[in-house]
Amino acid sequence: MLYIFCPHCGSRSQNEFAYGGDATVKRPELNKEISDQEWNNFVYLRKSPRGKHLELWHHISGCRQWIKVERDTSTHEIFKTYKADELTE
Amino acid sequence: MSQDFRLDNIGMVNRNKKISFTFNGKKYFGYEGDTIASALIANGVHLVGRSFKYHRPRGFFGVGVDEPYAILQLERNNERDPNIRATEQEIFEGLEVKSVNCWPSVNFDIGAINNFLKMFFPAGFYYKTFMWPPSFWYKIYEPFIRMAAGFGEASIKHDKERYEHKYEYCDLLITGSGPSGLASAYAAAKNGARVILAEDKPRYGGSLLTSDVNIGNQTGAEWSEKIITELKSMSNVIVKNRSQVFGYYDHNMLVMSERISDHLPKTQKYLPKQRLWYIRAKEVLISSGSIERPLVFGNNDTPGVMLSSAAKEYIKVYGVLVGKKPLIFTNNDSGYETAIEFKKNGVNPLILDTRKEPSSDIITEAKNLGIEIKYSYVVVAAKGYKKVKSADIAKISDNKKDLSNIENIECDCICVSGFWTPSIHLASQSGNKSEFNEKIDAFIPNKSKQKENTIGSANGKFTLEETINEAFNKGYEVSNKITENNNKLSIPTVVEKKSTEHDKFWCVPLPKGKSYKRFLDFQNDVAVTDIELALREGFRSIEHVKRYTTLGMATDQGKTSNLNGLQLVSDIENKVVPQVGHTTFRPPYTPVSIGAIVGREVGKHSKPTRKSPMHEWHEKNNAVFVDAGVWLRPRYYKQGNETLFEASKREAKNVRKNVGVCDVTTLGKIDVKGPDAAEFLNRVYTNAWLKLPVGKARYGVMLREDGIVMDDGTTTRISENHYHMTTTTAQAANVLSHLEYYLQLVWPELNVNVVSTTEQWAGAAIAGPNSRALLMKLFPNTDVSNEALPFMGYKEANLFGIPAKIYRISFSGELAYEVNVESDYGNFMWEKIIEVGKEFQIQAYGTEALSTLRIEMGHVAGSELDGRTIPHDASLEGLVSKKKDFIGKRSLSRSAFTKPDREKIVGVVPLDKTTSIPEGSYIVKDPKAKLPNPKLGHVSASCWSVEYDNPFSLAIIKDGKNMIGQKLFAMSLLKNKTIPVEIVSSHYVDPEGKRVRA
Ligand SMILES: [Zn+2]
Repeated sequence: MLYIFCPHCGSRSQNEFAYGGDATVKRPELNKEISDQEWNNFVYLRKSPRGKHLELWHHISGCRQWIKVERDTSTHEIFKTYKADELTE
Repeated sequence: MSQDFRLDNIGMVNRNKKISFTFNGKKYFGYEGDTIASALIANGVHLVGRSFKYHRPRGFFGVGVDEPYAILQLERNNERDPNIRATEQEIFEGLEVKSVNCWPSVNFDIGAINNFLKMFFPAGFYYKTFMWPPSFWYKIYEPFIRMAAGFGEASIKHDKERYEHKYEYCDLLITGSGPSGLASAYAAAKNGARVILAEDKPRYGGSLLTSDVNIGNQTGAEWSEKIITELKSMSNVIVKNRSQVFGYYDHNMLVMSERISDHLPKTQKYLPKQRLWYIRAKEVLISSGSIERPLVFGNNDTPGVMLSSAAKEYIKVYGVLVGKKPLIFTNNDSGYETAIEFKKNGVNPLILDTRKEPSSDIITEAKNLGIEIKYSYVVVAAKGYKKVKSADIAKISDNKKDLSNIENIECDCICVSGFWTPSIHLASQSGNKSEFNEKIDAFIPNKSKQKENTIGSANGKFTLEETINEAFNKGYEVSNKITENNNKLSIPTVVEKKSTEHDKFWCVPLPKGKSYKRFLDFQNDVAVTDIELALREGFRSIEHVKRYTTLGMATDQGKTSNLNGLQLVSDIENKVVPQVGHTTFRPPYTPVSIGAIVGREVGKHSKPTRKSPMHEWHEKNNAVFVDAGVWLRPRYYKQGNETLFEASKREAKNVRKNVGVCDVTTLGKIDVKGPDAAEFLNRVYTNAWLKLPVGKARYGVMLREDGIVMDDGTTTRISENHYHMTTTTAQAANVLSHLEYYLQLVWPELNVNVVSTTEQWAGAAIAGPNSRALLMKLFPNTDVSNEALPFMGYKEANLFGIPAKIYRISFSGELAYEVNVESDYGNFMWEKIIEVGKEFQIQAYGTEALSTLRIEMGHVAGSELDGRTIPHDASLEGLVSKKKDFIGKRSLSRSAFTKPDREKIVGVVPLDKTTSIPEGSYIVKDPKAKLPNPKLGHVSASCWSVEYDNPFSLAIIKDGKNMIGQKLFAMSLLKNKTIPVEIVSSHYVDPEGKRVRA
């Protein structure tokens, strides 16, 4: 079980969190004309890298904040965590 | 039966407390502190089971977790515990155990015929033998294998015992209380670290309990007693016995199983049977020690052949002799220590040492005691079937290839020592890639992957002095890193007998013309020939060899077999062991009961039960409840002998005719507040929200980004910047996360906050033509006329002194209101409604009637919004704004979603107006068409229409709008029914919606 540092609450066990997928995906702006392909990429296509991955976790049984977690998908090492509005490196 | 093998003046069991127990129905005596193994051996019993594959007789091989054979089934308080190690389970008064893996009995086992047919049971025999013909599998092979194999039988009864989970955090977790565990725990605890010390056995001290050593002028046992007593008294230390750390997981989380009551006749009040500890440790010191390695020779699985360290422990801890004519077969000095213990207790052992002319303190001591020793000697084969009766021994040549002077000598046990294997399982589980140490012919942990260090003999340190020094230093070093304290203890002096090098010899060659089975894996019956065969058949990777032969599998996890197997593979392949590598050690290190893993989360505790504030009233009024997510909701209120069908019909009818009240507390409620709340809702919902006036409600649909409907509900503008959103009961939690996602990550510029208020409000839906009249009586000071409180209106009012909120919304299609009060007043509100409603013929109605009412009105719910439908499919396209953008809008213009013949919601009525259509039925054109019959869609919800008194269903079918009026068939393959039906509008009752606006 991972031990995730919530920037709001401190280190908490994984079972307090819900996984939220790739944190680098950016939603297209509202009212913007975009192609089916672009929209398709946003809704469905995700990379599944081996190694460093910036991902979202939702501290649902804690502060209810969405946070960004930089994690190695093969070793589970967590390098850094960020608040939702914090800029990532 | 008398305890013929019990010694009088040695051991740690409590002689003042005699305990009786039964084994295979026969009564035996032991003492408090005995294990099943020690008590049986004291009674001269060595035959306890049959082997897995060949059903050969099985005795005891080890003394603890290393035991591969003696796995029994335990009965306690009418509960059954399979897979119990006799070497670990302590006896208690009335304990009943029996053998497993033997049928019909341990003495006469029909499966032993496998042993005589062993040429047909080579490696991979399951894969090869039981393949053909396929028809034999169910009828012949499987029943036979099931009856004859396996380690016990799980109970099918509900386990009444209590198991607990515990979460613990510490600076340092130490796994094992041998010399290295004790010393490091002591050094770290004295330096201020918060320490957990876990010991798998009942007694602390590990090898100190059995070895002849001194630490700081005390015997090993005395020193360990002193240290453990002091550790127990320290507030920063948790010391646990009977506790096995069995798994090392990510981010330094380890899991430990504590056997709290297994050794007691009955679980004590307020205590669980077992407790599972989830321990998050800043640092871990693995001090799990080492397990003695067997030597491989003919029939080395015969009962009476056992590890020499085990024989020593039986003497020193339990005061039990494993035999009275012992043969010690060793390639190192450890066998001598056992021999010395035998001699000291009046038994004359014979030592066979594979080495030519070793010399050390220990050997000298053995010689001085007059113990007979034969150098360059080996055991060729054990003789005896159910117990060792004698052994063929021989002189072995210097090159270890040739045997000579073979003779048979009498003996009643053979204690083997093939040197020591560090227990690196936990280190390996942590991700540590081990390295092969040539000096000890074994793997030891390499570079730490997580925050873990391995110390003592688990790290290949086989002298006490090295161990104690390393442990004191590591304990200090690790604690200093965490606490930054500098309290360094002085290391006590250690006195131990010096030993000399071991012999790198482990497998005795077969004498000419003999084909004894020489076993490597004792639990899984893997012999030398099986490995040879696997390699001949082309298996190269050690992982493949393992699976093909079952070497090192199952509950044993190769504790005694691993290295000998690797040695053999590397010998045959002409490789060195590190090139062969070892198989992956997986958790659990020892079997863990399913009960402990599940913990308290069984039955009603497997999920929380949520009840509305009106629950008690429902119970008093004969409500039959149904699970709605985690909520309990009244399904119907039973009157007399009513069935569900009759009751729900009565309740629904009464809503259409008079007035009904339904507990809607479970609906998800979310407060949406902030200056940008309107803009936010406008982006979340598919319809327009910017112009909703204060005091008005609106129905809304929200989508996922992929265009699928996520949820629906009404949201009311309470004040300028405050909205009260409702969600379905099922989606409440998901919707909140969804809103938080967009507010925190996508549109953080919006000044809006959301919070769940589901539990803050109790809700009652009042529906039916009499509902306004009732409301007027409930709120005499509030104008609830159609003009003052129109459809989709909202008012704050006063319910007999209690602040209440009235929403004029309807799920039933009738004139209806929803009244909310703060939860604590829920019951008060409900009772007032019932009381005042009497004159209007009010009846409470449950979810079944609620469902009927919404289905015949064609209102969609979860069964239609099933994660596959877009708004158009549910006839909700009128709510999809063309002007503005919203979550998921772009998906709706994708080609698959704009096809004209998409499935769409319709109504379905059986032609005979009497046959109910099972939910899930397919709608087809021709019921006799060739399979697979192309389906047009499926029936999503069915009810008995109280308006028309005939069955009515909703269905989602292809090109639905154009199918209205057609005569089709509903086919339920599950119920084997084909029903001729007519497709009608989904709005079966009041299609113009006059009633809700009345
Ligand atoms: Zn948090």
